[in-house]
Amino acid sequence: MIIELGHYALILALVVAAVQSVFPVWGAVKSDHRLMGMAPGLAVLMFLLTCVAFAALTWAYLNSDFSLLNTYQNSHSDKPLVYKISGVWGNHEGSILLWVLILVLFGALVAVFSRNIPQRLRAATLGAQGWVSFAFLLFVIVASNPFTRISPAPLQGSGLNPMLQDVGLAIHPPILYIGYVGFSIVFAFAAAALILGKLDAAWARWVRPWILVSWIFLTLGIAMGSYWAYYELGWGGWWFWDPVENASFMPWLTGTALLHSAIVMERRDALKVWTVFLALLTFSLSLLGTFLVRSGVLTSVHAFAVDPARGLFILAILLIFVGGSLTLFAWRAPLLRQGGLFAPISREGSLVLNNLFLTTACAAVFVGTLYPLVLEAFSGDKISVGAPFFNLTFGPIMVPVLILMPFGQLLAWKRGDAWGVAQRLTSAFVIAMLATFGLIWFMGVSTTSIMTALGFGLAFWAIFGSLWEIIERSQLFKISFGRSMARIKGFTPTVWSTVLGHAGLGITVLGIVTTMAFESERVEVMRPGETLEQNGYNVTYEKSWTQNGPNYQEMVSQYTLRKGGNVVGIMEPSKRAYNASGMPMSETSIATFGFSQVYFATGDSDANGGIVTRIYFKPLITLIWIGTLLMSLGGCIALFDRRLRVGAPVSARKRKGVAGGVATATPTPAE
Amino acid sequence: MKMKFVLVLISSVLLGTPATYAVNPDEVLKDPVLEERAREISKEVRCVVCQNQSIDDSNAKLAKDLRLLVRERLVEGDSDKEVMDYLVDRYGEFVLLKPRFAFHTLFLWGGGPLALLLGGFFLWRTSRKKKHAPLKSSTAGVKPLSDEEQAELDKLISSK
Repeated sequence: MIIELGHYALILALVVAAVQSVFPVWGAVKSDHRLMGMAPGLAVLMFLLTCVAFAALTWAYLNSDFSLLNTYQNSHSDKPLVYKISGVWGNHEGSILLWVLILVLFGALVAVFSRNIPQRLRAATLGAQGWVSFAFLLFVIVASNPFTRISPAPLQGSGLNPMLQDVGLAIHPPILYIGYVGFSIVFAFAAAALILGKLDAAWARWVRPWILVSWIFLTLGIAMGSYWAYYELGWGGWWFWDPVENASFMPWLTGTALLHSAIVMERRDALKVWTVFLALLTFSLSLLGTFLVRSGVLTSVHAFAVDPARGLFILAILLIFVGGSLTLFAWRAPLLRQGGLFAPISREGSLVLNNLFLTTACAAVFVGTLYPLVLEAFSGDKISVGAPFFNLTFGPIMVPVLILMPFGQLLAWKRGDAWGVAQRLTSAFVIAMLATFGLIWFMGVSTTSIMTALGFGLAFWAIFGSLWEIIERSQLFKISFGRSMARIKGFTPTVWSTVLGHAGLGITVLGIVTTMAFESERVEVMRPGETLEQNGYNVTYEKSWTQNGPNYQEMVSQYTLRKGGNVVGIMEPSKRAYNASGMPMSETSIATFGFSQVYFATGDSDANGGIVTRIYFKPLITLIWIGTLLMSLGGCIALFDRRLRVGAPVSARKRKGVAGGVATATPTPAE
Repeated sequence: MKMKFVLVLISSVLLGTPATYAVNPDEVLKDPVLEERAREISKEVRCVVCQNQSIDDSNAKLAKDLRLLVRERLVEGDSDKEVMDYLVDRYGEFVLLKPRFAFHTLFLWGGGPLALLLGGFFLWRTSRKKKHAPLKSSTAGVKPLSDEEQAELDKLISSK
C-alpha cells in the first residue's frame, strides 16, 4: 500500500511538472499575474510529492520489503541500518530518484527563498526547472521505475554490492548530486533570462548564490568520492581519470569558470552573453555526465546498443536540452546588450583568461572522455584513453592558471597595471621560492626532479601569491599594526573567499605534486614476527585472526608500525567475505602523520602462514583534500556576502520598523 | 565512481581472481632499475579486460600475465619502446592508455590545443574590435524604460 502511494505520488509529481512547465512561462511572456503566481506553489507541491515517493522507497528498504524488484536486487535483511538507508540510492533506479528529489528540492528552494526577485523572472525560471523535472520524472516512471513489484515475493534479497557497503555511499552520492543537479537551477535562470530577453547585473546577483551552493557541493562531492576511492579500492590511487570521474569533473571546471564570470557580470555588467552560455553549458555537462554514468555506454558502445531503452531515453533528454538551449541561445542572445568595457589588462581581463583556460581544460577532458566512444561508434577502432593522456593534456593547461591567479586578485577593475602588480608580488614570489627550496631540501635534493621542483614552485606561488592579497589590502608592515588589523577586520567576505579558494587550490596542487613525486610502496610476503624497514619506519607483522561482522566474515591482520623505536600505529587491514554474495573485499588501514599517510592493505595468504602485505607511503597526500575543503570554505564565505543575499537590503529591524509605520533611528549600513 | 567499483568487481568476479591488488612480490624483478622501468611501462598499459585500469593497478589474471610479459621482455634486453611495440603487435592499440599520435587520433591530441587557439584568437579579435571602436558615452545604446518598467518605477517612487 505504501509502495503504491509512493508510486502514485510520483505520477502526480509528473502531472504537476507538466503544469509547471507550461503555465508560469506562458504567464511570464504574457504578463499574466495569475499564471505566474502558480509557479511557487507548484514547485513546492512537486517537491512534497517526490518526497512521498522517496520516503516510500526508503520504507521498503527499511522493512526489507522484497516484493519490490529493486529491494530484492539490492538489499538484504541482515544489512546494518545505515546501509539499508544508503542502499536506497546504491542502485540505478534509486539513484535516479535521488537525482530527481534533489532537482525538485532546488525548485522548491527557489520558490521559497527568491521572493524578492521579479515575478516574471521567477515564474519563467521555475517553468524552465519544470521542463527538466518533467523529463526526468518521465524517465523514472517509464524507463527506470523503482516501484516495480515481483510476485511471488522472495524471502531474501541478493544484498548490496560489498564495495558500496561503506559510509562513503551514505554521503558521497547525495553531496555530489546536490552539486550536479544544483546547476539545473542556474540553467533554468539562464533559460528564463533568454526567454524574457532581459539580462543585467541584477540577474548575476540573483543567480550567484545558486552557482555558489552547487559549486561548493560539487567540489565536496568530487573530493569525497576521491577519498572514498582512495581508501576503498586498496591500491592507493586517488584519481583515476575514469570517465565516471571526468563526468563530474567537467561541470566542475565550467562551473568554476561560471563562478568567476558571474562576478564580472555582477560588478561590471560585462561578459553577459558568455556567462549565460556557461550556465547552459555547465548543466549540459551535468546531463552528459548522467548519460555517461547511467546509460551503460561506458562499458562499451555495444553494451549500450544491447539494452537501449534507458540509454536512449537519457540520450534523448540530453539532446533535447543541449540542442534546445543552444537554439534558444543562438536565437535570443543577440538581443542582449553588451555591457561595460574594459582593457585587456584588468581584473576583468584576468577573469576572462581564467575562463579561457578552464574551458580549454574542460574541452581537453571532454575530448579524452568521449573520443574513444565516438571513434568506436564510427570506425570500429578501439583505443584507450587513460591517466597518462590526461596528465599530459590537462596538466599543462593548469600551469598558466596557477601562475596568473595571484595577479588577478590584485589587478584593478577596468584598467590594471600588470607591472605594478608584479612589483607588489615580488615579496610573495621570494617567499614562495624559499618555501620551494626548503621543501626540496627536506625531501632530498638528489631525488627531486626538475619537474617536481617546478611543481613545488607553482604550488607555493599559488599559495603565497593568493595570501598576499591580505598583506596588500591591510598594508601590513607599511602602516601601524593596529591599523592593519582594523583593516583586516573590515575585509568583505569576498576577499576572504577569494584568498581561501585560491590558496586552497595551491594546497591541493602541493599535495598532488608531492604525492606523485615521492610516494613509495613496499610489497612483501610477511610471516608473523617478521619486520621490514622502509622510509624510516619499521613494520612488524604480529598476527592474524578471523572475526564476524554484521553481514560478513573477515580476516584481520595486525601490524605494528614503529618509528625510531616508538610504536606510532597499530595497523589492522582486513579481508572480508560478504555472506550474501561471497565476494572478497580488502579493507585498508591508514595512519596519518601530519599531512602524510601510511597505507596498509593485505593480499593473499600463502601455505606457510605468510601474507602479501602492501604498504604505501604517501607524503603530504591529505593536502589534496584539505585544499578542496578550503576551496569549499571559501565558497561558503562568499555566500555570506550581503550583496548576494536577495533579501539583504532590508535588515530585519528596519523591516519591522516599516511594518509598524515607525521610522527607525538606527543608521542603516552603507551598502 | 560507483560505477567503477561495480565494474572492478564484475571483472574480478568474472575472472575468478582473488582480492589481491596489483604487483605481487613474486613478480618483482631483482634488478631495481629494470623493475622501475617495468613499473613505468605498466602504468601506461591497459589491462584489456578491465574498465580503464592499467596493468599496474589491476588485480585481473590477464594483467598479471601482461606484467610478467613486460618483465620478461625487459630481462631479454628490449628497450621500453620495443616492449610497447611488442604489446601493440599482440593486443592492438587498445592496450595503450596513451594513444599514439596518428591520423585517427589527430583530434584527440589536437582538441585541447585547438580549443585554446580558437578561444585565444576570438579574444584577440574582440579586444581589437573594442580598441578600434570609438568609445561611446556610457549612456549610448541604453534603451529607454518600457511602459511597464516606468510604471513600476513610478510605483516605487510614490510608495516612499
